[in-house]
Amino acid sequence: MVKTKAFQKIYTKLSQITKATCTLEASGIGYEEMALVDGRPAQVVKIFKNMVTLQIFPGTEGISTNAEVIFLGRPPVIKVSESLAGRFFSAYGDPIDGGPEIDGEEREIGGPSLNPVRRKQPSELIATGIAGIDLNNTLVTGQKIPFFADPDQPYNQVLAEVALRADADKIILGGMGLSNDDFLFFKDKFTNAGALDKIISFINTTENPPVERLLVPDMALTAAEFFAAEKNEKVLVLLTDMTLYADALAIVSNKMDQIPSKDSMPGSLYSDLAKVYEKAAQFPEGGSITIIAVTTLNEGDITHAIPDNTGYITEGQLFLRRDTDVGKVIVDPFRSLSRLKQLVIGKKTREDHPQVMNAGVRLFADAMNSRTKKENGFDLTEYDERCLAFALDYSREILAIDVNVSVDEMLDTGWKLFARHFKRHEVGIRDDLMNKYWKGE
Amino acid sequence: MTKGKVTSIIANLITVEVDGTVGQNEICYILHNQVRLMSEVIKIIGKTAYIQVFESTRGIKIGSDVEFTGQMLELTLGPGLLSRNYDGLQNDLDKLTGNFLKRGEYAYPLDEKKKYDFKPLVSEGDMLQAADWLGEVKENWIDHKIMVPFKYEGKGKVKSIAAEGSYTINETVAVLEDENGQTTEVTMVQKWPVKVAVTQYRNKPRPGILLQTGVRAIDTFNPMTEGGTGFIPGPFGAGKTVLQHAIAKNADADLIIVTACGERANEVVEIFTEFPELEDPRTGRKLQERTTIVCNTSNMPVAAREASVYVGMTLAEYYRAMGLKVLLLADSTSRWAQALREMSNRLEELPGPDAFPMDLSAIIANFYARAGYVVLNNGSSGSVTFIGTVSPAGGNLKEPVTESTRKVARCFYALAQKRADAKRYPAIEPIDSYSKYLEYPEFDRFAEDNICKGWVAMVQKSKDFVRRGAEAYDQINILGDDAVPIDYHVQYWKSEVIDFIILQQDAFDDIDQNSPIKRQRYMLEKVLFICDSEFDFQDFEEVSSFFKKAINLLKQMNYSRFESDEFVNYEKELDAFLTEKKI
Ligand SMILES: Nc1ncnc2c1ncn2[C@@H]1O[C@H](COP(=O)(O)OP(=O)(O)O)[C@@H](O)[C@H]1O
Ligand SMILES: [Mg+2]
Repeated sequence: MVKTKAFQKIYTKLSQITKATCTLEASGIGYEEMALVDGRPAQVVKIFKNMVTLQIFPGTEGISTNAEVIFLGRPPVIKVSESLAGRFFSAYGDPIDGGPEIDGEEREIGGPSLNPVRRKQPSELIATGIAGIDLNNTLVTGQKIPFFADPDQPYNQVLAEVALRADADKIILGGMGLSNDDFLFFKDKFTNAGALDKIISFINTTENPPVERLLVPDMALTAAEFFAAEKNEKVLVLLTDMTLYADALAIVSNKMDQIPSKDSMPGSLYSDLAKVYEKAAQFPEGGSITIIAVTTLNEGDITHAIPDNTGYITEGQLFLRRDTDVGKVIVDPFRSLSRLKQLVIGKKTREDHPQVMNAGVRLFADAMNSRTKKENGFDLTEYDERCLAFALDYSREILAIDVNVSVDEMLDTGWKLFARHFKRHEVGIRDDLMNKYWKGE
Repeated sequence: MTKGKVTSIIANLITVEVDGTVGQNEICYILHNQVRLMSEVIKIIGKTAYIQVFESTRGIKIGSDVEFTGQMLELTLGPGLLSRNYDGLQNDLDKLTGNFLKRGEYAYPLDEKKKYDFKPLVSEGDMLQAADWLGEVKENWIDHKIMVPFKYEGKGKVKSIAAEGSYTINETVAVLEDENGQTTEVTMVQKWPVKVAVTQYRNKPRPGILLQTGVRAIDTFNPMTEGGTGFIPGPFGAGKTVLQHAIAKNADADLIIVTACGERANEVVEIFTEFPELEDPRTGRKLQERTTIVCNTSNMPVAAREASVYVGMTLAEYYRAMGLKVLLLADSTSRWAQALREMSNRLEELPGPDAFPMDLSAIIANFYARAGYVVLNNGSSGSVTFIGTVSPAGGNLKEPVTESTRKVARCFYALAQKRADAKRYPAIEPIDSYSKYLEYPEFDRFAEDNICKGWVAMVQKSKDFVRRGAEAYDQINILGDDAVPIDYHVQYWKSEVIDFIILQQDAFDDIDQNSPIKRQRYMLEKVLFICDSEFDFQDFEEVSSFFKKAINLLKQMNYSRFESDEFVNYEKELDAFLTEKKI
């Protein structure tokens, strides 16, 4: 990790210590420069005349006013090379798997943005086999999208499944506040799939200091840029859990006495999250970075500042919820959205894809209205009854996350269910497609 | 010029100890490792200037040199602005090298080598003032007027004017002499500070001419006018960006300026990719030819976000002064407000509601006031129509940006989560949304002459049907399907016909996505005919199945080319079907 060079000036006089920061007199220091405070990694967050304020990632417990401070003369970096593959690292990019240090080129993390005119339009479908995703919320390379899930949903399991099924050259896992159990789950899952050689992990667990998490996305994405922009590879980045990342942002801004905005989050939350998510891109030379993240919700509240700002940044969101009628976890078709699906559906997939998708969701919505009627004790019409029967099949055969079939099969299932429960004019699909695919009378 | 040294750094707010005079909003550069980082003065106390840096401040040290320019942020205006992709500071993004943006790399916004065919419009001895046209060049298909610089004070006599011929933008095309004998050389390029409105026109009458957008829920229901203002608030995913893009594609404007302010880069890429291919429905040329993009996406420096909307507005005003119909779109004005908030917090100013700056309302009002329909000094007219999106936190419209905008924008296109969830796109809420122009006598006169007799009354009537439908729907939901008279079901389904056929529109269907006003009028008449008819129903289930069939046929008409055989056949089928049930 961060090693000191010979003849570096050592400071030993801290004038102020707070829970997350310390301040000392020093000169010639660059903004965002890294330092070591009694060996603990720290970063410059404020310079006022000759007073430099450092954010100490592991916290300031036990730091005294005569702590040794060494400035490293550079922002946080990661060494990149092919040998990152298959390895596990801490938030600082140090190996945590007992393997050797990485030999590679040093890169500043959180580097510059891609020039928008150099981006290419994402156009390659990512097939996951899950119809709730592929049929209704199709993913595309270069996209950024989170799972919105309550903490009790199996989001990490779905994330791992999606990652393994997606045909990616590299999978980079950024774990923030990951429970040790979930960390081991990912490790086993990837090992058992025989995919370890294309996986790189940057892990901050619940056992590590929370502020360290702030480095994880930038580490993961700088590595991703190396493979995608320089090696032209298809890189999938998994970030879990971004809510815990945002919480760490709040801790820091709070300690810096900034005025909090909604839900005690920093006023810059939108920009902070956007800087991470906007690293997703389709590069002109063919490589891509796709980000699939997890944002855990507090009692399903998507108006909370974290999911709200996320939703404004990402290209849709995938909502997991338990459908008690069929006893399965489903991808909620109403609140889920893939904004990039238009780029591939009906173009890279069969022509009837957009209309089958819309018809299915619309009929499912009708079923939800019928259900409300039923719950309110009203009589159901014959159409209501059919809608409800359709909803059960649709949930089980399309929305459930344990579905694993090709897109063509999903479309066929759609037509099959329409014909089973509805009359021709109730489906509301364009005539030319009805003539070609309609399976009923 | 004034110089200074950096004395403190917190994120992109830096203080500088200066050795001379500085002005508010003056541009300065921090010298850092051979690169010059552009910044703007935002506050001055004694010898200390507070500056916001338009770039990352990583690595900057105390004592770094700062050079002041004596200029505010100014745009470079001249032929060649069209079809370009600028960042929020008017750098030509296509000219920058490499895939990644490099700190301190700036690119001249125009082409200094290109020759334009200049045609003089004045003669020696003519008396001119700021913004008067003295010549024109072809830029794509428009006649780009070369104007007396907006900064020119008083009147000037044309001492010489270039002959017809080709010139580069920096060659002198005219020399003006004022009453004191002072001469000014005029080229095709001029500069103008972005935060100052261009007001060199005769007057600004009330707008009344429909600006067609091709979107039925706007043109028919809540029309926008040339020189009008409107805003589109809505939670994420409700369809703000898709709606703005649809407007950008189909609007009946001479040119369109799209400001992507603090939103997704991929959405701008969509424009970069599609607009060079798509046709401008008015001219048959490529859309890109009439479009300029100003983009400061969410990952680009926050301080330049604020600048980007002003850059867009100033470009729009420049073309308006040529007598053109300009449409300015900004997505999203909330990001600009957030940028103001971030800076205001760093400056430790007293915060207003939701920690936004106290003067947010005034800033927004000033900005919207720059739009408008104007009569130029030479009697021709031009307009800047402005439509901005607003991204309210949590989708709650009771927040400072939405509330401040509502006070100044004349059209309110509220996107509703419920409609978006039900895939009723565009998700413009039909009852809460409004266009004040519908009440303008100017608009009424325009509609009488150009759409049809009684148009506004027809629109109001269809709004009433929608309102009554919503009331009936509530009753049905409270009392149950068979506990209400059949009439309630009929009321409800009539409003559904309007909803499905007039309000909903498929932005991704080649035909449905753009509906000219002639077609809109035809469909509104058709739909109102159904709404005005009485039908014979036995029970409420018959009502819904009848109207569903009718809607299905009407939808097929919407998907067919207007007045094509297909269209006519569906209409015949519909008419026959209606006649069966009509009484
Ligand atoms: N008019 C429309 N027709 C069809 N789909 C739409 C329409 N408007 C929006 N959508 C869908 O909603 C998604 C989100 O729309 P978008 O304009 O990006 O939302 P916002 O800008 O409000 O966050 C789009 O990706 C698209 O799938
Ligand atoms: Mg948007």
